[in-house]
Amino acid sequence: MIPAEFRYLFPSTVDEAVRMLADEGEDAKIIAGGQSLVPVLRMRLAAPTALIDIGGLTELTGVRDDGDSLLIGAMTTHYEVQRDHLIHDHALLLKLVTDTVADPQVRHRGTFGGSLCHADPAGDLLAPALALDAVMIIAGPGGRREVPAAEFFVDYFTTALAPDEILIDVRVPKYTGWGAHYEKLNRVAQAWSIVAVAAAVQVRGGTIEAARVGLTNVGSGPVRAVDVESALVGQPVSAIAEAALRASSGDGYKDNLARVLTGRALTAAVAG
Amino acid sequence: MTATAEPEVGKARLRKEDARLITGQTRWTDNIQLTGMLHMAVLRSPVAHARIRNIDCSRATAMPGVAVVLTGEDFAAEQGSLPCAWPITEDMKSPPAPALAVDQVNFAGEAVALVIADSPYRAADALAEIDVDYDELPVVLDLEEALRDTDLVHPDLGTNKCATWVFDSAEAGSGTNVEDEISSAEVVIERTFRQQRLIPSFMEPRSVVVDPSAGMFTIWSATQIPHILRWMLSAVTGIAEHKIRVIAPDVGGGFGGKLQVTPEELLCLLVARRMGRPVKWTESRTESMLSGHHGRDQIQKITLSARRDGTVTGLKVELLADMGAYLRLVTPGIPILGAFMFNAIYKFPAYRFVCTNVFTNKVPTDAYRGAGRPEATFAIERMMDELAVELGMDPMKIREMNWIKHEEFPFNTVAGLTYDSGNYEAATARAMELFGYDDLREEQARRRADGSAVQLGIGISTYTEMCGLAPSRVLGALRYGAGGWETASIRMLPTGKVEVITGTSPHGQGHETVWSQIVADRLGVPFEDVEVLHGDTASSHKGMDSYGSRSLAVGGTALVHAADKVLAKARTLAAHMMECDEADVEFASGSFSVRGTSTARTLSDVVLAAHVAHDLPEGMEPGMDADATFDPDNFSFPHGTHLCATEVDTETGVVKIRSYVAVDDVGTVVNPLIVDGQVHGGLAQGIAQALYEEAVHDEMGTLTTATFADYLVPSAADLPAFLTARTSTPATSNPLGAKGVGEAGTIASTPAVVNSVLDAVRHLGVRDIEMPLSPERVWTALQGRKADDAGEVAAGGLGSIDAQGGQS
Amino acid sequence: MHISVNVDGVTYADEVEPRLLLVHYLRERLGKTGTVVGCDTGNCGACTVHLDGHSVKSCQMFAVQANGHEITTIEGLARDGKLHPVQEAFRTNHALQCGFCTPGMIMQAIDLLADEPDPDDETVRKGLEGNLCRCTGYQNIVRAVQDAAQRMKPGAGPKIEQHSDEHVTAKQPVGGE
Repeated sequence: MIPAEFRYLFPSTVDEAVRMLADEGEDAKIIAGGQSLVPVLRMRLAAPTALIDIGGLTELTGVRDDGDSLLIGAMTTHYEVQRDHLIHDHALLLKLVTDTVADPQVRHRGTFGGSLCHADPAGDLLAPALALDAVMIIAGPGGRREVPAAEFFVDYFTTALAPDEILIDVRVPKYTGWGAHYEKLNRVAQAWSIVAVAAAVQVRGGTIEAARVGLTNVGSGPVRAVDVESALVGQPVSAIAEAALRASSGDGYKDNLARVLTGRALTAAVAG
Repeated sequence: MTATAEPEVGKARLRKEDARLITGQTRWTDNIQLTGMLHMAVLRSPVAHARIRNIDCSRATAMPGVAVVLTGEDFAAEQGSLPCAWPITEDMKSPPAPALAVDQVNFAGEAVALVIADSPYRAADALAEIDVDYDELPVVLDLEEALRDTDLVHPDLGTNKCATWVFDSAEAGSGTNVEDEISSAEVVIERTFRQQRLIPSFMEPRSVVVDPSAGMFTIWSATQIPHILRWMLSAVTGIAEHKIRVIAPDVGGGFGGKLQVTPEELLCLLVARRMGRPVKWTESRTESMLSGHHGRDQIQKITLSARRDGTVTGLKVELLADMGAYLRLVTPGIPILGAFMFNAIYKFPAYRFVCTNVFTNKVPTDAYRGAGRPEATFAIERMMDELAVELGMDPMKIREMNWIKHEEFPFNTVAGLTYDSGNYEAATARAMELFGYDDLREEQARRRADGSAVQLGIGISTYTEMCGLAPSRVLGALRYGAGGWETASIRMLPTGKVEVITGTSPHGQGHETVWSQIVADRLGVPFEDVEVLHGDTASSHKGMDSYGSRSLAVGGTALVHAADKVLAKARTLAAHMMECDEADVEFASGSFSVRGTSTARTLSDVVLAAHVAHDLPEGMEPGMDADATFDPDNFSFPHGTHLCATEVDTETGVVKIRSYVAVDDVGTVVNPLIVDGQVHGGLAQGIAQALYEEAVHDEMGTLTTATFADYLVPSAADLPAFLTARTSTPATSNPLGAKGVGEAGTIASTPAVVNSVLDAVRHLGVRDIEMPLSPERVWTALQGRKADDAGEVAAGGLGSIDAQGGQS
Repeated sequence: MHISVNVDGVTYADEVEPRLLLVHYLRERLGKTGTVVGCDTGNCGACTVHLDGHSVKSCQMFAVQANGHEITTIEGLARDGKLHPVQEAFRTNHALQCGFCTPGMIMQAIDLLADEPDPDDETVRKGLEGNLCRCTGYQNIVRAVQDAAQRMKPGAGPKIEQHSDEHVTAKQPVGGE
């Protein structure tokens, strides 16, 4: 399968990339790692007139310590996220989720920011971004703006990014010392999740002080299980089983998975 | 010439093929670049059933780099109909099968137009500029619905029913009347199983290059069947057969999927003839899935009668088999290959098999690993479990009391075959021991008692199959269009090196290695001194190619016979050279000697003497080459016992294979490394049918699983380690004693897995689960619901990729 | 567009269409036909090569994206006529049948062993989850990778391509490391 023709642009700064987006109009597209975009282009499900390759923007790679939070460059690859010490220490959930993204080759090319912008509801990184209250830092013609994850994911494959904007950084509050787990159920290793649950918990002396729970592929975007989270605050670890039932109220298969996997994710997060 | 120190047969030789494959020095068809070569791209119908109102090629034709755009009308006079070589009944309905649709398309994926351009990229661009107007027709998808003939796939045929094929043991004289047995039975069990549609999924996409220069058509193709392809292309096009040379270079897997005369092979040939230039076509994976033939797709209604003590008395099989939209090379015969195997290893007194082949607006079906026998084995092994459950007996006990005992071979079966050899007791005993059957049953009981969320199941498959296709007279009786012999030639070169020419056409099996072992043993020459030539009709002019686990049992035997002819002639010449009576000549380790003396001549000496021909016995022709063709007088019957333990997570429906033991009796083993490899790969495909793979068409007839993101071929992370072992009762139908191993793993494993899962959850009220046993289906069954009630299937897949994509 | 790419130790300068997939550049332009295309969607991994020492799917990127980078293919592994230990292990463990997936499988196995020098069965299987094989059932592939790990242990022979991790970290500093 062979993509249609496009013009290829290779900006060297974020500002240049933003300018290019504005100049090229709506049919231009950013390519980051390309691991979701290239198959779409090959199958000619999309045919942008221009691709703006932000692979040269080294300023967008890497993870920085920013006091109470981490700043993750949008172009940081999954492979780098998996091995980053700051993420391991302060946002363990992101590491654990990233470990399950696609396969090793894809994790070498695919990027943290790219996955969020692709906004595939079956994509793994959306739920933890939502659950961990990540904030998207976006560059556009008018300068920079910040959008919380809860407002960023709008619909299937749709984000709050305007056509002339680029995600440059993701701010993630530190969850130092929190237990975390990603419980993913898919049919084969490479397949997208049927349902997956990202959970982080802060436990002190056997009491859950705080919990974050995000669900993958149960709607048009990531879903935060706020009822589960609130049911856990101040409760003993033994309350997990009961609280997990609040992950979904339906009687379909995915509803069942939401409940079962939430229970398992929380239990493992506490144990881990 | 040095003698080989130990026998080659039975030795775990590393493969000769590997040197080029592990270094990338490969010869895939798509690697071929010829000067002036054009590239063919195929526009495929997006709709399953429609009249073609108009095709507008004007914009495409004007695109840069485009040589020509062609439609079915351009070829209507010359493309003929793609061949079906197996008209199973005299009155079988067979619609014309144009390579390029002319005025109607009958499945989504059917070729409707071609772009011929100077590069694949430009061909793809032009393809997007062709406009086709379709008048859509009602689509026929469901087999039972199709039989009502409300809407017709091929209106000219007047029916969707292709053919009905019947075997009845009372009529054949091989058994009693099954209806009598059923009506008088103490126990009757009736079940319906569905064999889902599968896609062969060879890793190398199909590719064809046709070079029309030098007064010949040289065709490279990623095919399993260069010889049959040459014959059929000649028959369809009228091009003289000797003006066609077919080469199957390195071929990346087939599994039956490349046992075909494809539309694209024919079209490349026609285009090359028209343009007078070389033409290449290489498919994308999605094209492969949309247009390469599929496998399985049957509904099986099985009725089994038995006595209360567990003795089986009758078996009635009623099949509906989906042909898809056209009859490809052996489409109608695939279910018939299963007709002789439903009775399996059991002593049924009565048997009746009725198969109705049905047309639908789907991709044509044809051979896929096992071809008919996996379907049969699945059904009977599931039924034996059902009978055990019904009678409250141990599933292994019930098999044991009904199977053919080792002392009963040769055994004439109710389906009319003669099983030559086997020992089901031995294979089963070995499997039970390796598996730890009793311990697992104990654990299973514990988990049931505990009400554990994860339940344990044990699945059994005591299978046999028929392979070594095949005695030509049997194929003739089944109305198959060709024979089942195989041929081999040995060329003894003056330096003592050996060239072997085989009519088999390996595509991963390792014939270069195994054929070398056989010849090295027979002639006493070093393994390294043998070169195997195959897959080129110019060097190997005749052969029946590779499929149906036939290559060793049939082609290997031809090779043994050719070697024996070399030796016979060499013996005569050696006697002449040593001035002794031929009766006094002994041959061992590559050397002839006169009995009781030290006089000796090596085979190499004798070959050289034959080559220079200075002093030959009266009437002897120079040279020491030999040809042999072998037509087996029976099939071969591998068998074995497979045991599978699964853990079923009752909260999520996830199935995990905990252990898998396969004990196979494939007769004499030439290369144990290769045999194990064949079993491993076979198991993976059989397990994949049980748990993962399914070709799904939506209600419009569109294949929704046309990528590897949607059609779930398992990876290493999805499969367990297998424990394999062997028992051996040599086949008596060939001098090697080989039975065949290419399909055994696939045939055996699917029912072992499904029986195992059902064994895990049957006490929770589950009676059956349709394949593949996805987590959702298993969970739904556990809720006591039908699969249809589960609502929309939850999945990711590229079905969910939005055209707009996103930053990625 | 003009690109300069080092492939298997040789630097090539070429004019390419932006849409030219890296795998097609390797196969059609450079004649590196050892690397093959098995699918359209990045699932099969048959096209796996190393980009600056890390495995990538060469059908999932454009040749222009490799501009200024180093590519290693299956054809660049053997040194001085000596096979890479992973190639050797694939042969001795009968880890291939038709061999179509083999180049990608070997390239991914080398990448895996760079990160996991002594992997257990499950680690190998997870590490190869992006590569499909239809012939072997993976059993002998897993065995070959573990066998190669033993061959590649310090003192067990030449260490080729084992340093990709440091190599890349040095080139593209990752925060915190």
